[in-house]
Amino acid sequence: MTDLSKLTIEESRKGLDAKEFSSVELTTACLDSIKKQEPTLHAFVTVLEDDAMGSAKLADKELAQTSHDKPLLGIPVSLKDNFLTKDQRTTASSKVLDSYQPQFDATVVKKLRQSGAVIIGKNNMDAWAHGSSTETSDFGPTHNPWDPSRLPGGSSGGSAAAISANEVIGAVGSETAGSVRQPASWCGVIGFKPTYGRVSRYGVVAMESSLDSPGPLSKTVRDAAIMLGAIAGHDEFDATTSSIAVPNYLHDLQSNLHNLRIGLPKEYFLKDAQAGINEMVMNSAKQLEKLGAKLVEVNMMDPKYSIADYTIIQRAGVSSNLSRFDGVRYGNDRSSFGPEAKRRIMLGSYALSSGYYDAYYKRAQQVRMLLKRDFDRIFGQVDLILAPTAPSTALPIGASLNQSMFGELSDLLIEGSSLAGLTGINVPVGLLAGLPVGMQLIGNHFEEQKVLNAAYAYEQSIDWKEIKP
Amino acid sequence: MNSNLQSTTYNLICGAEIHVELKTKSKMFCGCKNDPFHAPEPNIYTCPVCLGLPGGLPVPNKQAIEDTILLGLALHCEIPGLAHFDRKHYFYPDLPKGYQISQKDEPFCMGGYVDTSFGRVRLNHIHLEEDAAKMHHATVDGKKVSLIDYNRSSVALMEIVTEPDIRSPEQAKEFLKNVRDIIRSLGISDCDMEKGSMRLEANISLSPDGKLPPYKVEVKNINSFRYFANAMTTEFTRHSEILDRGETPVQETRGYRADTGTTVSQRIKEDAADYRYFPDPDIPSIVVSREWVAEIAKRLPELPSSKIDSLVALGIVESAAKIIVNNSGMMDYIEQVKTLNPKYVQSAAKDMVNKKVDYLVVTPEAYIKSLESKSAAKITDESVLKPIIEKILADNPTVVADYKAGKQNALGFFVGAVMKSTAGKADAAIAGKLLKDLLN
Repeated sequence: MTDLSKLTIEESRKGLDAKEFSSVELTTACLDSIKKQEPTLHAFVTVLEDDAMGSAKLADKELAQTSHDKPLLGIPVSLKDNFLTKDQRTTASSKVLDSYQPQFDATVVKKLRQSGAVIIGKNNMDAWAHGSSTETSDFGPTHNPWDPSRLPGGSSGGSAAAISANEVIGAVGSETAGSVRQPASWCGVIGFKPTYGRVSRYGVVAMESSLDSPGPLSKTVRDAAIMLGAIAGHDEFDATTSSIAVPNYLHDLQSNLHNLRIGLPKEYFLKDAQAGINEMVMNSAKQLEKLGAKLVEVNMMDPKYSIADYTIIQRAGVSSNLSRFDGVRYGNDRSSFGPEAKRRIMLGSYALSSGYYDAYYKRAQQVRMLLKRDFDRIFGQVDLILAPTAPSTALPIGASLNQSMFGELSDLLIEGSSLAGLTGINVPVGLLAGLPVGMQLIGNHFEEQKVLNAAYAYEQSIDWKEIKP
Repeated sequence: MNSNLQSTTYNLICGAEIHVELKTKSKMFCGCKNDPFHAPEPNIYTCPVCLGLPGGLPVPNKQAIEDTILLGLALHCEIPGLAHFDRKHYFYPDLPKGYQISQKDEPFCMGGYVDTSFGRVRLNHIHLEEDAAKMHHATVDGKKVSLIDYNRSSVALMEIVTEPDIRSPEQAKEFLKNVRDIIRSLGISDCDMEKGSMRLEANISLSPDGKLPPYKVEVKNINSFRYFANAMTTEFTRHSEILDRGETPVQETRGYRADTGTTVSQRIKEDAADYRYFPDPDIPSIVVSREWVAEIAKRLPELPSSKIDSLVALGIVESAAKIIVNNSGMMDYIEQVKTLNPKYVQSAAKDMVNKKVDYLVVTPEAYIKSLESKSAAKITDESVLKPIIEKILADNPTVVADYKAGKQNALGFFVGAVMKSTAGKADAAIAGKLLKDLLN
């Protein structure tokens, strides 16, 4: 029998519905894969073995009945550890929440459960999602499945590694600016960041509230479409969610790129990017051209401005959102905050303090408006923007230490689109010295379908799925 | 202005900050019940949002926004087309998120005013925010502890901020009473000072020339209109003494002490918190359309001052009208009496205010019936009254002489005597006429 942990969501769905295997078997395969690889990878903070087996048994009972309409019924899925799971330890990889048992499920979790998903565990992340390496986790770093001496990226590094190493069938991470797409790029998987407001933030430990966007990490584009369909939508508990109807992303998925205009911003193909990356991504663009898309060279605001802008806005939000961890509750006092969180709280407090607000926070919001306008202008000319996801492949463990701007630099090519609230996806395009390289496709607000279609067309035209660590 | 304060060389300058808890069904940013004063137990009306738990997100209460705009309309405020909420940061055990959601730059109501008989008090703005939890300092098992009750956490709270236009304790009392009466008439809060659903702060300074002086003293802990007035008086004396010495009072926050009628320093300016305000990213800006405002304006009832006017127009004395307007039960009663038979409105007003009729017990119908039966039972027959009057006149020759000498009030004495001897049943008008005839 094939190793069930290697299946995609779609393959699992078919197999489960055809009774070729049970959810218990599928879940056991994933748990075995986790047990085997965790000593090396450390992609999980908490594995919910008993709960997962319980859910799998229930799913099997439901599968035994005639029919169901649950896209994830019986399929093992992992969650970044900043999604609250009722009565199940949720830490955001911070010692402050070491033993925290939430009273409720995040909306995303509720929706996943309603879709029949088997929640198998909680993935490691940078503590509080502060970083792009997963080595600021208070529980130790996650290792990249392609080369365990290297970082998986972050902050959803545990989720990306778990998908890449076939520890789970699907995963949900969250992105503030790059935290889904950058680790997906470094681990060679699909990472899909929806438009801000497409997926509810209720029950997600907040990082920066005007940016946080939950999104799927998956083995294929079709899987990303299935997962987004399951978690997207308006939520009465999140005032920033959109009431725009959620399309059937999987049903509407199509690979005809005729008349699709793809913009290539010169400023995003950095001169000092790691040698080979720009060329590989450019070749992928040409591949899309062969598939019918029209490539358009465009000029955009230099992405370097988004670093400063993002840093101010995000630190300000962090300093505010972490105030509730005041040492009175949750069992651990504020000395349990790691150095990165402390740095961010201090910088953010400074940027918001009286006398500095105008020079920093207010100015940053003005620049953010300019960035948004720049994207608006580009989307007047093209349907999608294509660029490398990250300027380098996975860096060695330890690379982020003592580099307080590590995340901002490795997410340089993503931050602008996050500040503008746009949707985007990472698609693996090949290996460079044995490590995955990713390209990103950025779409306008609520144009998830366009992004998925282009990514799907590209994915269908190459044999990436066969390349595994 | 109070004559004692007017006689000095300084002008009293005062502004007020009034916090009012709205009586919306649910709290400001979550679906929890808003009823902190009647909760049978602490911490029963709570959820992840008002407990400030990780992952909790605020969703603004539309009713609270409409109530705030309604007050703004009643107080002649401008209602801007766009409003937003801000986060105000400070650490305190009763504030579970480490910040309070409030409004700084774009509140729901700007400007406005309240008129008093001492002059107009302009408003700076009215904003909407969330209340903090309530702390209880208690001894449990012999240990001194601080307990927190989150039933009040995140209850909708309006803050009315005035310009420094209040000039005397008397004006303050009238202003505060007007504001309270208007809020009650809108039905948006009980304004119960004892329970704390209305809370007051005074900003007080003295000026030699009527211009804004370079300092102000904030007085907190004021839980009655009288204490507010007292705080102004006691601060006036304190500041005068300091200014007389050629010094400037320290800019600080002081607490009013009801037991001594004085204030004590709580916090000087150097310790003032930096609240690090910024727009709350969890709540999108709120567009307040003209259509929405017009819809809210439909809820505007007649305001107390114009209600008093219309009662006075019905012949009710002003002092009684003021009492009735502030009592919705009495007001309804008058309305019903008016509908049934307008000629009894005056007596109904008088009898209710003088507690001769319990409006909660006697229905307006029964009340009118009793008046009618009383008047029906009256002795109007002159042939019955005449002998009674003749006897009274014969019994009181000195008073008759007084009357003839020009003392008109002697007539009143005789009317009273007639009523007494008929157990109040004589028709006073007819008795008066007969008396005059007989005396002349």
